[in-house]
Amino acid sequence: MDWTHATPAISAAFIGSFVEVVEAFTIVLAVGTVRGWRPALQGTAAGLALLVALVVLLGPLFSLIPLHGLQVLVGVLLLLFGMRWLRKAILRSAGIIGLHDEDKAFDKESSQLRQEIAAHAAAADWLAMATAFKAVVLEGVEVVFIVLAVGAGNGMIVPASLGALAAALVVLLIGLAVHKPLAQVPENTLKFVVGVMLSAFGTFWVLEGLGGSWPGADAAILALAIGFALAALGAVRWIKSQRAATEGARA
Amino acid sequence: MIVINAIAKELFALFVDDGSLALAILAWVAVIAALVSWLGYSGPGGGLLLFAGLIAILFENVLRRARLG
Repeated sequence: MDWTHATPAISAAFIGSFVEVVEAFTIVLAVGTVRGWRPALQGTAAGLALLVALVVLLGPLFSLIPLHGLQVLVGVLLLLFGMRWLRKAILRSAGIIGLHDEDKAFDKESSQLRQEIAAHAAAADWLAMATAFKAVVLEGVEVVFIVLAVGAGNGMIVPASLGALAAALVVLLIGLAVHKPLAQVPENTLKFVVGVMLSAFGTFWVLEGLGGSWPGADAAILALAIGFALAALGAVRWIKSQRAATEGARA
Repeated sequence: MIVINAIAKELFALFVDDGSLALAILAWVAVIAALVSWLGYSGPGGGLLLFAGLIAILFENVLRRARLG
């Protein structure tokens, strides 16, 4: 394996998947705490089975698309996905929207499940299983997309999958050790980094797929990532200074 | 059915949060596609133009959102 090419794909898949697995873990933990571990693990297993089926079905489809078309398709999807994360991370860093809080998410999910179980006591296990299943599938679909997107354009699906798998194992091990929501994870910083990396990958693949060329070939991805990071940090500073000026004028 | 609907919504939301951001990205990629594929421009300026446009789109979007509070 060429580590120069594999490292960006592995690290983007690892960090992106880490954020998503933490969110899924919070909900599965809430289900396990409220209703017990059997339905929580059954729902998780069913969700993982569906995700594996998705990868098995979608993976071969990518090989049917001509390389340039695949690069444009994956590049556009990466831009839409990556810039959406970057936008949200900028707005959160600048204090425009609130930060994601795993403790709050855990409390909300637990109380919601308790209410549903109280209203439908006969289907309590089914409700708990469905909640865990939904969380694993919804967050897992994002993991599958990240893996396919950062890996498909350059034959790096296996290294990207290993990055995602490592993220899942790390979250699981930490989760088993602390047995509570992983609220200390700097979720917004990770989303910021992944948004930058996916936007850089997307920009690179779009132009490559269209038949254009980048100076420095693959090294251009790093330059693009630095450019996106500087621009995003600049946007955060700009918004903060504008807000401070507005608040100063009001005072 | 509720789960399938939720998954479909989540899939759409993977790529589209603010519709204007998604539309602007798609429009800018179309402009670059016209420049590179149809007009045959293959110099390094295409990449710089693509990148600069995306940064401008991101800036405009977050500054507009910040003004709304």
